Amino acid sequence: MNHNQPVYTDNDPQSELVTLNLGPTHPATHGVFQNVLQMDGERIVSGVSTIGYIHRAFEKIAEHRPFYQITPLTDRLNYCSSPINNMGWHMTVEKLLNIQMPKRVDYLRVIIMELARISDHIICNTIIGQDTGATTTFLYLFQFREHIYEIYEEICGARLTTNIGRIGGFERDFNAIAFAKINKFLKEFPVALREFENLLNRNRIFIDRTSGVACVTAEQALDYSWTGPLLRATGVDYDVRVSEPYSSYEDFDFEVPVGTAGDIYDRYLVRNEEMWQSVRLIEQALEKLKKEPAGIFHADVPEFYLPAKEEVYNNMEALIYHFKIVMGEIDAPKAEVYHAVEGGNGELGFYLINDGGRTPYRLHFRRPSFINYQMFAPMSKGMLLSDAIINMSSMNIIAGELDA
Amino acid sequence: MAELINQAIVEALGAKFGDKVIGVNEPYGLLTFETTKDVIIEVLKFLKDSGENDVTGFNFLTDITAVHYPEKKHGIAVVYHLHNMVKKVRVRIKVFIDEHNPVIPTATSIWNGANWMERETYDLFGVKFEGHPDLRRILNMDELGVHPMLKQYPLEDPNRVDKKDEYFGR
Repeated sequence: MNHNQPVYTDNDPQSELVTLNLGPTHPATHGVFQNVLQMDGERIVSGVSTIGYIHRAFEKIAEHRPFYQITPLTDRLNYCSSPINNMGWHMTVEKLLNIQMPKRVDYLRVIIMELARISDHIICNTIIGQDTGATTTFLYLFQFREHIYEIYEEICGARLTTNIGRIGGFERDFNAIAFAKINKFLKEFPVALREFENLLNRNRIFIDRTSGVACVTAEQALDYSWTGPLLRATGVDYDVRVSEPYSSYEDFDFEVPVGTAGDIYDRYLVRNEEMWQSVRLIEQALEKLKKEPAGIFHADVPEFYLPAKEEVYNNMEALIYHFKIVMGEIDAPKAEVYHAVEGGNGELGFYLINDGGRTPYRLHFRRPSFINYQMFAPMSKGMLLSDAIINMSSMNIIAGELDA
Repeated sequence: MAELINQAIVEALGAKFGDKVIGVNEPYGLLTFETTKDVIIEVLKFLKDSGENDVTGFNFLTDITAVHYPEKKHGIAVVYHLHNMVKKVRVRIKVFIDEHNPVIPTATSIWNGANWMERETYDLFGVKFEGHPDLRRILNMDELGVHPMLKQYPLEDPNRVDKKDEYFGR
């Protein structure tokens, strides 16, 4: 069996290179993937990345399911920010079906997507801290992910694989407790984030371990198709929310933070600043919601929007639509559509081809983790192993998204 | 605005490649066209460089994938999504190749990022990218023997009847 072992071509019998398997189940690899490294002491001479250990054939399964039944597949892609994947998929279908959303739904979506972004960035940045030895910061900020999970739970009943939206809106409105929890989060999180920054931003050890390590130029980043915080850390201010606004992002006032050096420290700073911007966005969305008529949580498209169970039992029309939607009898145009959203790691793109059948003819998912990660092995050459580990943390590779 | 740019891009492509650029379309505003595998690399290079004209400059490779159309003569379409981040314009390029001999030149000579995208397309569809530095399977195991995204490989037990369209009057 060929395990894609790298072939080291140096024939020098004196060379004492050691092959090191970093992964597939190693606490520092953040998921199930393998890096076969040739080590000269502590320094990496060459490396080969092997992925695919949890490949679940997302695209193949999607070809066999009606649009609605693809939603639970999307939760399991980037499970650290599953609502963004959910919303990205629903917006793709809505684009295909030309559904116009009420503003209130757009704002609710902004709230939930920004919470997901914060949750994703909390994981990444606290783990960078953890990998440099700062366990306190990890434990301290991580509890706010729990608070975000509780908000999800209030909205849809689930915590990790959220299944939070529907084509055409949400399954139910945000209740008063959800809003109370969001307000509580907005009150407490900035205080904790400020303390987190105070602990790390000017910490001598942290700066020594991250500043000037794993530098990537803007040209290299664009050459390797990087997106998201990794690209922005190199100084390119590309953000899908600004470049091609969706879900009413054009109504909001926020900034796209960019770095200068493209090193690990810049990636960390960019993510921190994005969390501040997300807090700003959620505050603005809550303000905007006050001006919108209450109680609207989906578009008026009964032929596409899955009706509530109560409706199905008591209303003949709803029963018919429910049946048609569940059986995949939606009259969708024969077309192809590409829709991108700004995920936690970069541009999440859905390329959907519909031929008028029950299921997508083809669904391709542009996964930022997959595309970002391919630079890991080339950029690790010459790096110390301990630096490569922090570099991997800073790339925020989520195995579910990497393998799809 | 986007329509004007799309129009200008199509004109620039037409002037350079003539009848090699066909099937121009704009689904949901995204300029889409087909070309052939003998000029695809030149087309990508032309779109990437903003040299002679001011409408291209698609320096970002968003994605490479493929679609299998078993009913078509040239059954596999390799699809490229490019992006001009400055002008905020995207373009989609399709190249139909023979599914029995799916060979196309690699784009790794233009973008390093094409490497894994092409490996994935090879793994799932069997498209051979000529000149690729390391064309191996990436998501599936080496011994798999098939390219699973081709339509002839069913996902489920073909004897199942609860999902067959004929039982539902379709």
